[in-house]
Amino acid sequence: MFNAFKTPIISALALLAVGVGFYFGVNAYVQLTLLYVFINLLMAMSLNLVNGYTGQFSLGHAGFMAVGAYTSAYLVQQVPSFTGFALWFFLLFSIAAGGLLSAIFGFLVGQPSLRLKGDYLAIVTLGFGEIIRVALVNMDFLGGPRGIASIPSYPALNFGIFEMPSFLSTYLAASFWVLLCFFVIWRLVRSSRGKSFLSVREDEIAAEAMGVDTTATKVRAFVISSFFAGIAGGLMAHVVSYISPSTFTFLKSVDSVIMVVLGGMGSLTGSIVAAVFITTMPELLRGLQEFTGVDLRMVIYSLSLIFVMILRPKGLFGGTEAIDLWRKYVKPSS
Amino acid sequence: MSSPLLEVKNLSIRFGGLKAVDNLTFTLNKGDLAGMIGPNGAGKTTAFNLMTGVYQPTSGELLLKGKSILGLKPFEICRKGIARTFQNIRLFKSMSVLENVLVPALQNVQYSDIDCVFQTEKYFKAEKAVHEKCLHLLDIFNLGKKADEEASSLPYGEQRKLEIIRTLATDPDLILLDEPAAGMNHSETHSLMETVARIRKEFNLTVLLIEHDMKLVMGLCEKIVVLDHGVKIDEGNPARIRSSKQVIEAYLGVEVEA
Repeated sequence: MFNAFKTPIISALALLAVGVGFYFGVNAYVQLTLLYVFINLLMAMSLNLVNGYTGQFSLGHAGFMAVGAYTSAYLVQQVPSFTGFALWFFLLFSIAAGGLLSAIFGFLVGQPSLRLKGDYLAIVTLGFGEIIRVALVNMDFLGGPRGIASIPSYPALNFGIFEMPSFLSTYLAASFWVLLCFFVIWRLVRSSRGKSFLSVREDEIAAEAMGVDTTATKVRAFVISSFFAGIAGGLMAHVVSYISPSTFTFLKSVDSVIMVVLGGMGSLTGSIVAAVFITTMPELLRGLQEFTGVDLRMVIYSLSLIFVMILRPKGLFGGTEAIDLWRKYVKPSS
Repeated sequence: MSSPLLEVKNLSIRFGGLKAVDNLTFTLNKGDLAGMIGPNGAGKTTAFNLMTGVYQPTSGELLLKGKSILGLKPFEICRKGIARTFQNIRLFKSMSVLENVLVPALQNVQYSDIDCVFQTEKYFKAEKAVHEKCLHLLDIFNLGKKADEEASSLPYGEQRKLEIIRTLATDPDLILLDEPAAGMNHSETHSLMETVARIRKEFNLTVLLIEHDMKLVMGLCEKIVVLDHGVKIDEGNPARIRSSKQVIEAYLGVEVEA
């Protein structure tokens, strides 16, 4: 049983070290960018399960994110008196609740629509995302078009001997969700059972003939994926402290799709690299803007996407994981 | 030998005005090695699709081990014991050879997603067992060495073989082979015949195959069902079929008195 937790714990410690490094090494702006990276990591990894591994094309990821964000923000507003540890743990719970509600939505949307294929599924999920957004605009108890402002963010935690600052406590929670997302999806798709996701992508008719319940497999992928999209939304609500329906537009879904395609359909490590790249690059190029005087960021951004698509049409990592490439080329022996 | 393994009774399907399969009736007993032949467009593949739940018949009955399997989805029928191959190879192309066999093999192994995420004892045991089973299957057909290769990189004959191995991994009672020798050369066909005869013996299987290669069918099958225009025109052992008037007419046309 301990073995099952060995890698996650080591990864958690490594992430923690990175967080502490960021806390002491860089300013608040860079720290915030790191948190955005984590949110996008959740979005990209979860979407990859549906779009990459299972081969379905979902365009409604922002809708699930909105469900998670609003749920968590709404729940926290019900307990204004919570501070410190109580708030921190409540946020853990409220974000999980957002993820669960999002997963329920995923099930309800997926059950009928995953019988559709290709373009049709894309249209349905696109429609779902828009429905959620429009519904939120018209829900007054959720702020309507104005959204929800001053959502409580993660509190600083007082451990007696030392006080953990707000950034680190946010970072701690974000790391927890990212690791959970990574290891759940990683272990699912790398297990033999998870190969049924891939078989659906490869050839649905053959998969069905080989005893794979293709509809159930697709719904399973969709539910897990929307759960983590909801988590990403909840996390964002508390990192940014402000959400409105216009946060969760179609473009947000497209962003996630770009990350998945850029990293490689069916490569979780590829999604990680792509999410880090896409989130940080526009920030890194801000310096260039001061130098040239015009905003070249979007030009460079789109050019780099085009180049990747020309040079690596299957995405940076194709369908393989970084670790497989490592084993194949760097250390063939072990 | 109590009840027959598969009973097909008066099975029909219409596509609009076309009766693709019309009143098809035959039975397969456990251990049979049967062939289904007929000119192109006779409805052989449609009959297979009916038996595996891809199409729902317009009328008729379909009994596996005495129980009706009508209305079941393809994956349910597969789990009940009928596995098939496809006329145009349908492998999971970009997955490895081993993974191609793992997918069907795992449908019978029960561990939950929770076991998988927490990597419990049960998970490791099941994984190990299923890997061993699949590697063993591959070894039987000399594909063990190629377990990690991509399925699409295999030569044509081996891709056909892999499709057959994949059906075996579902622990079937009956396998349906749709033109297993299509596009194969003489020696490949020969080794395929041996393979089919062998798996039937070793795995205690019942086999029904569609084939155009008469040499293969006549040499291998003990029982042959002949279809033409969706109708069964004859059934029997190879000797009978070879001399059957209807069959000769279906293939070669009616003899005209000069």
